[in-house]
Amino acid sequence: MTTSLTPTRHPRDASSTAGRVAERRQRFGWFFVAPFLLIFLLFLIVPLGYAFWMSLHTSTLATGSSFTGIDNYVKAFTDPLFLEGIGRVALFALVMIPIQLGVALAAALVLDTLVTRLSKASRLLIFAPYAVPVVIGALMWSFLYSPRFGPAATLFEVFGMDAPNFLSNNLLFASLVNIVTWQWSGYYMIVIYAALRAINPSIYEAARVDGATGWQIATRIKVPMISSSMIMVLTFAMIGTLQFFTEPVVMRSLAQGAIDAAYTPNMYAFSLAFSYSQFNYASTIAFSLGVLVFIGSYLFLHLTRKQSGLK
Amino acid sequence: MALNIPAVTDPTQPLVEGDHTDHPVRVGGRKPRHIGSHVFLIILAIYFVVPLWWLLVASTKSTSSLFSSSPLWFDHPVDFIDNIRGLFSHQNGIYWRWLGNSFLYAMTGGLGATVMAVLAGYGFAKYRFRGRGFVFGVVLGSVMVPLTALVVPTFLLLSQYGIINTPWAVILPSMLSPFGVYLMRVYTQDAVPDEMLEAARIDGAGEFRTFFQVALPMLKPAVVTVLLLSVVATWNNFFLPLAVLTDPKLLPVTVGLNNWTALSNAGAGGEQVWNLITSGAFISIVPLLLSFLFLQRYWQGGLSLGSVK
Repeated sequence: MTTSLTPTRHPRDASSTAGRVAERRQRFGWFFVAPFLLIFLLFLIVPLGYAFWMSLHTSTLATGSSFTGIDNYVKAFTDPLFLEGIGRVALFALVMIPIQLGVALAAALVLDTLVTRLSKASRLLIFAPYAVPVVIGALMWSFLYSPRFGPAATLFEVFGMDAPNFLSNNLLFASLVNIVTWQWSGYYMIVIYAALRAINPSIYEAARVDGATGWQIATRIKVPMISSSMIMVLTFAMIGTLQFFTEPVVMRSLAQGAIDAAYTPNMYAFSLAFSYSQFNYASTIAFSLGVLVFIGSYLFLHLTRKQSGLK
Repeated sequence: MALNIPAVTDPTQPLVEGDHTDHPVRVGGRKPRHIGSHVFLIILAIYFVVPLWWLLVASTKSTSSLFSSSPLWFDHPVDFIDNIRGLFSHQNGIYWRWLGNSFLYAMTGGLGATVMAVLAGYGFAKYRFRGRGFVFGVVLGSVMVPLTALVVPTFLLLSQYGIINTPWAVILPSMLSPFGVYLMRVYTQDAVPDEMLEAARIDGAGEFRTFFQVALPMLKPAVVTVLLLSVVATWNNFFLPLAVLTDPKLLPVTVGLNNWTALSNAGAGGEQVWNLITSGAFISIVPLLLSFLFLQRYWQGGLSLGSVK
């Protein structure tokens, strides 16, 4: 790929006019980044700024829109519905992410030691849910959980037991964790697997000569060497989990009562905006969530940077 | 804004992974200890495939047989064709419109996001214009902003511009992909040598021609990856279309099927279209599953772009 053109240097290349031309040329960079920056401005900066502006105002039917400063934020951070939602997604993150990453890492480590047709096939099958829209994934699992037409009922019958109600309050949390694990573990597995394949295999040879077992090679060599990939996957999983929305919304239409409209902060913002037309307060919730997630992931990356030796 | 995500895959290595037959662990052939590994993989694969298998089976059943027959095996008669017919007749075949909308949004949104990410990635990687560091820092920092937090404000803004409830309300915001820009920048930096750009310029090529004829061909693996990622992201999107579209004819298939589910669950017998939901869901996942199957050699290595040191 890189052999087709060989750089040919002209003797005049080093002259001062060339330097000036080169400097002017750097401005072309703006032409390349401009289309993206326009979209970035219109659909990220402006909405964020607008949300912030909205959050500083309150509109009522009587007085119209008026500046109310941080009143909405005081309201949000003392609003039990918002705080419970934040607590809930934080708990989801704490439970869900270790499970997903555990499954993904275990699968990737096993796949890395095998070169069989079966291992290739299972790699594809484990990844397949990534190609399924989250809505469809949540729908499928809701069907599977359903006492009316799911296989769970049949399965438990075999053991002479009644199937638990997966959509009840008690099991709802676990049911949602399962859906997300199913949907995303395969994607994380592929990222981790590719990182493992990029390690120079001669390192394993050296370790084996020194008497290391497969388990030791996996835990002491492979895992530390892919820590940067793990941290990136972890960050994405965290950002994704804190914006939890689609799965609970889909399950909500099938499990009445178990999921309320403010189950997650995003759902709360959505219902404030679209069911109650409280646009100012909805913007406050959305903006607060955005800032919390941003600070959270920034801190996380900052802290792990030191520990994992990332530069 | 000093976000430090590790560097990109070494572009000199082929992105095609998994075809190394000389992997050292294999030395010594298939030893018995690999049985455990295979069993583990089979169990995992079953867990990940069972829901898809269920959907395939369910798409061949009528509503009554969905409730009465064994969930993981086919029932007689196989009603797949009837279900397809139902999808064409129910609400005047609106399902196919939804599917078409999903295609339209995913293709235009995904393609737009990719074009912008490739151009911007190249601009950030190969030009040292003033303000580059600051602008790129802001873009990189925005990777950590949860995009769903933007949905409500985007909805409010778009309703002021008057493009709410049009395809643009979904397509334009979908073109935003800061992560794509990040991927393209790191990839371009390593994959396109400055000397080659220099050579093209000395040969008289303008800046844009240099980009299209010299740089772009070298970026192909990363372009395919970013395209896949952004098409999938738009195809999967639920929150944004749910917020900005109300006209049933404009919905993508994700929102449409969710609406049918809510109606079927709440509604009386006549509104229950469970068989159409299962067959519609099955048909809608086939295109992406197939494209992942056929584009394997791209995504298997490509999805790790930006994460491999």
